[in-house]
Order: sequence, then structure tokens, then C-alpha cells
Amino acid sequence: MNALSSNKDLQLLNGNHAVAMGVKLANPHFAPLYPITPQTPILEKLIALQSAGELETELLTPESEHSAMASAIAASATGVRVFTATSSQGLLLMHELLHFAAGARTPIVMFNVNRTPASPWGFWPDQIDSLSQRDTGWVQLYSENPQESLDTVIQAFRIAEAAQMPVMVNHDAFYVSHAVEPVEVPAQETVDTFLPAYKAGLHLDPELGRSLGAPIDQKSWNESRQQMAAAMATVGDLTASAGQDWGDLTGRSYGPLEQYRTDGADVVFVTMGSMCGTVREAVDGLRARGIAAGLLKIRLFRPLPQVELRKALADVPCAIVLDRNYSPGVGGVVHQELKAALFDMANAPRLHGLLAGVGGVNVSAEMIERLAVEYRDAVASPDPVWVEE
Amino acid sequence: MNMEMINYKDDGQFCSGHVACAGCAEALALRVIMNAVGQDAIGVVAPSCSAVILGGHPMSSVKIPFIHGTLESAAASASGVKRALVAQGKPDTTVLCLAGDGGTYDIGLQSLSSAAERNEDILYVCFDNEGYMNTGGQKSSSTPLNATTGSTPTGKSTRKKNLIEILAAHRIPYIATTSPSHLNDMAAKIKKAKTIRGTKVIIVLIPCLPGWGVADNAAVKTARLAVESGVFPLFEVEGGLTYTMTKATKTQPINDYLSLQKRYRHLNDEQIAQIQQDVDEDWQRLTTRAIEADV
Repeated sequence: MNALSSNKDLQLLNGNHAVAMGVKLANPHFAPLYPITPQTPILEKLIALQSAGELETELLTPESEHSAMASAIAASATGVRVFTATSSQGLLLMHELLHFAAGARTPIVMFNVNRTPASPWGFWPDQIDSLSQRDTGWVQLYSENPQESLDTVIQAFRIAEAAQMPVMVNHDAFYVSHAVEPVEVPAQETVDTFLPAYKAGLHLDPELGRSLGAPIDQKSWNESRQQMAAAMATVGDLTASAGQDWGDLTGRSYGPLEQYRTDGADVVFVTMGSMCGTVREAVDGLRARGIAAGLLKIRLFRPLPQVELRKALADVPCAIVLDRNYSPGVGGVVHQELKAALFDMANAPRLHGLLAGVGGVNVSAEMIERLAVEYRDAVASPDPVWVEE
Repeated sequence: MNMEMINYKDDGQFCSGHVACAGCAEALALRVIMNAVGQDAIGVVAPSCSAVILGGHPMSSVKIPFIHGTLESAAASASGVKRALVAQGKPDTTVLCLAGDGGTYDIGLQSLSSAAERNEDILYVCFDNEGYMNTGGQKSSSTPLNATTGSTPTGKSTRKKNLIEILAAHRIPYIATTSPSHLNDMAAKIKKAKTIRGTKVIIVLIPCLPGWGVADNAAVKTARLAVESGVFPLFEVEGGLTYTMTKATKTQPINDYLSLQKRYRHLNDEQIAQIQQDVDEDWQRLTTRAIEADV
């Protein structure tokens, strides 16, 4: 059946408007929003929905992303569901408060549009903005396309609220944020079935009188991090069950990782975000030429699903990481993470770390096919390699 | 020196056993403010002396809940608490914000200006001890001309920032100054502010015993002389335009105030005369505004 003639609510939406539709369905109580390219359409759509009376969310438009996050934390601590969105410089301005939000165990959901940070100024897809926040205690998910962004932002609320940890969902600037695709917008009843009504845990309440975040001794601070570790340890399973339950309701399942044509693969590409779509096309091209290629997509980056990654890459002869980010002095962040994840594994693949698409330069399917041929039998270097079209 | 009976009901909103310096007037002010605010309130406190006085986890010297936020975002945090309360159908719960002058005049000014521009329904109290006293006494933009601090060892070369004029330019409904030497006035202004919807800012001058070099038993006396010399006039600004003097006259020369404080010990006669002239001119400007508003 032609999808467009089905009774599903298919709408032509760009990635950011798809996020806004997902947020509307999750119905947060509070959303502070500050504009920044290329996140702004999320803000605009939510404000338009509220102005039209289709969104009850209390909106706040402060003077900076820093104040947006500060108000998000305080509202969450007061016991309501909270959403915010940002990109690049805005995310980096929030850095102090990202640590704060995680330490305060506020289950905020934030959408970040991955964009190059200055200097020099640029507005291009690159994931170093969020990857450089990996140690703040936020769960990080990466989305490949507008439909996945809508689906994931709804799942993010369930994961955040179950783990009592903040969740950041990311998609790439323009390739996803501004690309228009047919997106199925689920019915409100579907989302209500999936996402329970918000139930605040311990929160600021004059009846209770309990304060949050006052100075503590060394041992208690240490303990707070052990408690965060325990919460993080639940996120892999929560992500898997949320993705499965969503699949049962909508037909679109998700997990911490996704494997595309990896059966019997000689070479597996490992990457995140919109690059996955291009790799799928390259994999099809390579398979058609008789080269057994596959894709391992990392959807959950924090906490890194190490056990699943080791399982997915066991006995694979060659894995090629495509990093659309660069950590100066080290290389690609995903490459670095994967080297650690596969440490001391007897049947680990030869692991190549390719810096592909840094700063938003184009990475075509043809280029990826060429890289497969070039690297599948090469000796792997621990150092990153810059590759170009 | 005028004396008055302290007339307020202590409902136990501020508890004994806190860790304020012995003789600190901020604890005294907190006792009055917390009781005037009452139990139906949620607090936000920026890193400051008041954050220390409120207590380290799991203890608390206050009955209402506080979130200990970041230094530069007190007003933004308070906005978030308020919006959450509105979303919960509890718009009448008071949101009280406590910050020092560093968290208000300096690093927190951006978020405070934004909250004021949005006219957020918060009660913001700044304990102004004219410097970063909780970190050992460094200058802030609230430190007055010629005062020595750890970072102005020969005296600050510029004037104290006039925060009230900045706030008045936002046309928020209520701004007031008050002092631990005038506790009835303090309670009255807090209670008045509680009845007003929108952004209310109250600045409380707190002489810092170690930071200003004031004797342990002289905090209230110093605060009183600040008021009576006109260096810290007590007044209200409503809607950013209507100025009302709480005390319409100044009666003491500036030297009586300055001489109680080691931070001014190095001043020569010429510098003292300059400060006196500045105070007289500021007083004239302020009282003229109040008279014009009264016409």
C-alpha cells in the first residue's frame, strides 16, 4: 500500500519541526527556549503551536542558553516535565549547567542540533559540540533522520524520567534539521500509552521543606557520583525497552545500536547521525559489487553500550569509524571511544579511525565505497586519518 | 541615635545553629526576612554568604526548601521555579531569591536583567556587603570608591555601581533598600513586596565584619550610620519612576560611618571630603526625584 494513502498521519516535516511535533505529544509542563541557528525552527514551531492553543507548555524566552538551562533545572527540581533545545555555542555556554543538571538528577530532555563551534564561525554539521559534553552526565542519543528525531525525543522523556538523568538527543545541522521528509506523527493516544503522565520524585515543595544542592562533604559527593553510575547502568536497558515498546506501537523499533547488513560482513562502518543514511547507500552499492560491507550505527553514545558493541564487532575482520568530529590532539571521538570499548578483545576487528566530514564537508556514498576498498585489508593505525572526497 | 522596638512575629522560619560569623547582621536580616516571607515559599540561593548560612546538606537553617543554584543564574533559576509552580496550579507560592552583590551586580546581572525585563513574579533579595566577602574579600562592582579589598589593596579607584537606577530602567513594579538597623522597615518592605505580582528587588546593606574591618559588635551600628549619613538611603521605587524616601533626612556626617571601618582607614581628609561631596550630591538627586514623584 502506498504509505501516503494509508490512514497514518504522514506530514512533510523538516527534522526540527518533527522534533517540535514530538515535544508537543510528550507535552512537557515547561520549556525555556533561546534561538540559535540551526535550532531555531524548533523554538518557532513550539511557540506557533502554543500561540494556536495546541500546546499547553509554559514557555520562557530568556536572554541566553545559560539562563534557559538554569530555569530548566530549577523547574525540573520543582517537579515538572521540562524540555529545551539548543545547538553548538548555546550548548557550550550551558556547559557548567550540564554538569549541574546531571548532578541534581533533573530528568530534562534537551534537543541539540549538532553544529560546528567557533572559531572560526561556521554553521555546518559536526558533532564535536555534543561529544565534548560527554563527561557531564547527560545521556546522549544521536538521530539519523526527521522520523527518528520525532520518535527519539518522545522515548527520551521515558528514559530520562525512569533513570532520573537528563537526556540530550542530537541530530545533524541542516542534513537532518532542515531536510524535509514524510514523517508519521503518531496519535496522542499512542504517545499517552507509551509515556506515562509525569510523576515527580523528591522535589522542592514547601510542604516537604527539603533543599537541593547544598554543600556536602567529600564522601557524600563521591557517593552522588556512584549513584549516577548506578543510574547510567540502567540506561542501556531502558533505551532498548523504550525502543522496543515504541516499535510495538508504531512499527518502528529502535535500540542502543542498529546493525544494517552486517551478517557475514568483512568490513563494518561505525558511525552516528545522518552519516548512517549515506553509509546505508554505500553498503548497498558495495554488496552489489560483491564486497561484504555493513553498518553499525551508534544511537546511544552515553552511556556507551560497550557489551553490545563488543558483541556486534566480534569476529568482524575490519571496522572503519567515520567521525564527523575532531578532538584536537587525539582524533575522532567515536574512534577513541571504540578503541577503549574493544580493549583486550581477542576477536576484535582491525579498527580504522577516519576523520570524515569534519566541519560539514560532504561525504558521499561513492567516497564511502572507495574507503571500504582502500581500508578493508589495510593494517590499522591507532592514529586518526583525515580523508576527503 | 534613634532606636525602635523590633516588632515582628517569629514563626521559627529561621533556625538557630547556623554558621554565620558571630555578630553578622545578615543572620539577623535573614531571620526577619524568612519570617516575613512565611512558609508558602520556595527559595533559590546563589553561592554567597547566605548559601553558607542556610546550611550544608543535610542540615538547613530555614524551614522552606531552597535550591542552591549557580552564581550567575539566580534570577533565571527563580524564574524556572515560578513557571513550574504556575504549571502546577500554585501561582501564589512566593519564589524568594537570595544572592550577594557578586551574584547580583556582577555575574548575575545578565540573568537578573532578563528576569526583570520579563517581569517574572519573583522576590529577589540582594545581601550587599560590597564585595566578594565569602571568598575572602575581593572587590565587586558594588565596592565603593576608595574602599580597600583583597583586589583593591590601595582602594578602589571607581564608584559603586548604581544598581537601583539600572533596575528602575526596567520599570519593574518594586525596588527597595533596607538595612539590618531598621528591622521593622525590612519586614514591612518584604510583606509589601509579597503582595505585588512581578519582579521585586530588595537590596539589604550588610556590613561585613572581616571584609570591612568592623568590630564584632558594630555591624548594626555601622549599618545604621550608613543610613543616617545618607551613604545608603532607605527608599522605594515603584514602577521604575515613583521614588519614595523611607527616611527623608540624613543626619550624620560621613566620617562617623567611615571611621568604624578598616577598609577606609587609609583615607586622607581630601578623600573623605570627596566622599562627603559625592554622598551629598547623590542624596540631593535622590530626594529631588522623590519630591517630584510626590507632586
